[in-house]
Amino acid sequence: MTQLSSFHGGLHLAGHKTLSTSQPIATLPIPARLVIPLNQHIGAAGELLVAVGDHVLKGQALTKPVGYVSASVHATSSGTISDIGEYPLPHPSGLSARCVVIDTDGKDEWLPHQGEPSYRLLHAAEIRNRVRHAGVVGLGGATFPTSVKMNPAGQIIDTLIINGAECEPYITCDDMLMRERAKEVILGADILLHALGTAHCIIAIEDNKPDAIAALRAALKAAADDTQLGDIAVIAVPTLYPTGGEKQLIKVLTGKEVPSHGLPAEIGLVMQNVATAAAVYRAICCGEPLISRVVTVTGEAVAHPQNLEVRIGTPISQLIEHCGGYLPANPLPLSARADGSPSPQKGAGRPVSQGDTLIMANRLIMGGPMMGFALQSDELPVTKGCNCLLIQNVPAASAAMPCIRCGECVTVCPASLLPQQLYWHASSKNFDQVQDYHLFDCIECGCCSQVCPSHIPLVQYFRFAKTEIWHQETEKRKADHARVRHDFRSERLEREKREREEALRKKKELLAQKAAAETTSGEDDPKKAAIAAAMERVKAKKEQSESAADSAPGKNA
Amino acid sequence: MRFNTATSPHTTPATSVDQVMRKVLIALIPGTAACAWFFGWGVLINIGIACVVAVLCEAAMLYARGKAIKPYLMDNSALVTACLLALALPQLAPWWLTAIATFFAIVFAKHLYGGLGFNPFNPAMVGYVVVMISFPREMTQWLPPLLLQTHVDLGFIDTLRLIFTSTPPPGLVWDSITMATPLDITKTQLNLQFSIQDIHADRNHGPLFGNLGGIGWEWINGLFLAGGIWMMWHRIIDWRIPAGLLGMLVLLSNSFALYDYASYPPPTFELFSGGIMLGAFFIATDPVTASTTPKGRWLFGAGIGFFIFVIRTWGSYPDGIAFAVLLMNMSVPLLDYYTMPRAYGHKWSELPGEDKHQDPKQP
Ligand code: SF4
Ligand code: SF4
Repeated sequence: MTQLSSFHGGLHLAGHKTLSTSQPIATLPIPARLVIPLNQHIGAAGELLVAVGDHVLKGQALTKPVGYVSASVHATSSGTISDIGEYPLPHPSGLSARCVVIDTDGKDEWLPHQGEPSYRLLHAAEIRNRVRHAGVVGLGGATFPTSVKMNPAGQIIDTLIINGAECEPYITCDDMLMRERAKEVILGADILLHALGTAHCIIAIEDNKPDAIAALRAALKAAADDTQLGDIAVIAVPTLYPTGGEKQLIKVLTGKEVPSHGLPAEIGLVMQNVATAAAVYRAICCGEPLISRVVTVTGEAVAHPQNLEVRIGTPISQLIEHCGGYLPANPLPLSARADGSPSPQKGAGRPVSQGDTLIMANRLIMGGPMMGFALQSDELPVTKGCNCLLIQNVPAASAAMPCIRCGECVTVCPASLLPQQLYWHASSKNFDQVQDYHLFDCIECGCCSQVCPSHIPLVQYFRFAKTEIWHQETEKRKADHARVRHDFRSERLEREKREREEALRKKKELLAQKAAAETTSGEDDPKKAAIAAAMERVKAKKEQSESAADSAPGKNA
Repeated sequence: MRFNTATSPHTTPATSVDQVMRKVLIALIPGTAACAWFFGWGVLINIGIACVVAVLCEAAMLYARGKAIKPYLMDNSALVTACLLALALPQLAPWWLTAIATFFAIVFAKHLYGGLGFNPFNPAMVGYVVVMISFPREMTQWLPPLLLQTHVDLGFIDTLRLIFTSTPPPGLVWDSITMATPLDITKTQLNLQFSIQDIHADRNHGPLFGNLGGIGWEWINGLFLAGGIWMMWHRIIDWRIPAGLLGMLVLLSNSFALYDYASYPPPTFELFSGGIMLGAFFIATDPVTASTTPKGRWLFGAGIGFFIFVIRTWGSYPDGIAFAVLLMNMSVPLLDYYTMPRAYGHKWSELPGEDKHQDPKQP
């Protein structure tokens, strides 16, 4: 498997990786409040297991998985649940979703847990189940429940690929994780091999990470006396964005292509991220659920870029604070700055004001510069999919010119599409044509936007078209439904009429009951009951004190 | 703390249209300098006239179409069109000829089709063909290259007067100044049943031919070639179009010269005379009017090479670059359609409208 292939296009981008690799991974202190989203993966949210006021321990499950494509969510430190409700999430749409809020007690008390270091004794289904209950999801950003990808489901998987390419500029969390926890990655890979019933594993790393490659090779050597260890190879792949894309990496390593609209399993491959492999190791061998992850905090507009081990649910603002906060606007020129970090580029965008001081950053990005999305605020929690926070000053985009058909976008597109044709049809809302040009094979890598001399926000058009098409499909499905329903219309009307009558009858009954109850005690209304109880207590106290006062002289006497 | 949002990528674009066009203009410098060296001030005066007219027409059209004038005028595309056109015209073309050609290029070929990015035909070549057909006599007012100008010495003022008033300097007549180009001569003499070897040995025509192509012309072509290679190095143009064009031209001319070396000039002559290198690297590579797919570009270039050879050899015009480019411009929609690359994960190239697309993946 040393013969590497290559994919079409791609870009050589400046890495900016050393910005955040000079220090080891630091652990962020426990925040006072954790906001833990209940659904942090693709698929169904779990069933809530806790209530407001409960005291929870670190590692205690907050939800249990429901359905096949699902995973648990856990308390990431000990404390009391102060609220369960809608909170804004780091999501491109700025959505709010249900979260559990924990006021931490600072003790960071673990729920008793136990792992199974001899994982080879466990049955594959048992491993999957433990991984699912440990809440392990794809940590590369896709957050697909790992247990699902660990199930070959009848397909023969001949190779497991562990993706440590980390091709996006600035991001170094996987790099640091491989350097510091190589053994966990190797053992995690071995557990995955065991669960999948697969013989071979490739750990693929871009060759701009020699330290990580060396660390993994050393760990592999150290584990050499474990004769049962699967066939694991560490392979350096050429640095080229987006080599870390699932489809692109598969092409590089195997020369095969994942069929359009298909899954890698169809060609006998499964891919997991390195951090996911490490999380699987912790889940199985230590019994620890996924409660924290490594996050890269980096960018030209933050004081001390570095990698942090962060509890899920920690507010982003605390990470930035820990990294020395936002740099003020117009910092000293390069020569005057001790760490030699670059001063803002010429033509920098308008900075954002923070209280009185102007800060240099005007964009907070979750993920990398090419595929990450801009967050509206830093008062959002870290989620399982948050690999990097990039704090940048991005100059305002200049107005787009017409497409000059230069074909640069065609040259760089790693999916071998014709972005300029896609753009043409997407901008004229020609949604059938745009699918004919394989819109849904676009991985939104941003290469085309990056090279376009006319500064057309191509990816924006493609996202828009995809959303529109999904929307139309949903509408169509709804309409189809309506048609089907129409056939049963009379029946439904009939049923509804019956139901209405029934409901009316019930309501009447209920009202009658309520009226009857109110006259007696009003206990069915908790608020009233509480007030009543309080009044009772006050009355009792009063009586008591009165009686005490009455008896006092006597007592004293 | 709140931030503005925007879609990815969150980077500054690598280049821009005006930078691309500026690099094209820079790449034109060596070849243009050679032209000016061999053919005198007329080259530069023509470029000046064309640029002024182009910018005026561009601004007027932008204004008339209600477009933002500044960003579009700053994109340098009108200047590129003007320079290419001026370089293609004879050095002593009267000023109004240059002006008319530029006017047609910018107003008709560019803006009436929708402006930058929307024109199906190469504007410079449309302008060229319009004057070529309308004013054939003026289009032959070529000077002999410097090395042969023993009897004429046109200074800047003389050239200006020639271009603006069509009055030759005292003591000279038009015919003594101008001369047919090597391509013209080859064509007319071959038609008179002379062989290539006869032409080269001729006392009058012989000195016009150098080692590779026409004397002087070989330098000009060589320097345009150098500029083109520099542009490919900087990824301003795609290498496939010139490669296809020159490859096809060499293939055809070599085959015919091997078949009958007396009646068909050798490939080196084809490559290094007339405006071949200018055409191959600067005109055919105009992105707007060329094919955009990799295979389409090969075919586009090869098609132009084919038509150049056919027109040069059997057509009634000495140099067929303009016609060849316009003919291939017409085929671009078809080329683009049938040469669509195979997208990742697709078994074969499914042409749009032919594949039965599945349901889009839900997020
Ligand atoms: S964003 Fe889509 S169209 Fe653009 S280069 Fe990437 S895959 Fe190709
Ligand atoms: S890179 Fe931009 S200008 Fe060039 S063809 Fe693509 S969309 Fe058009």
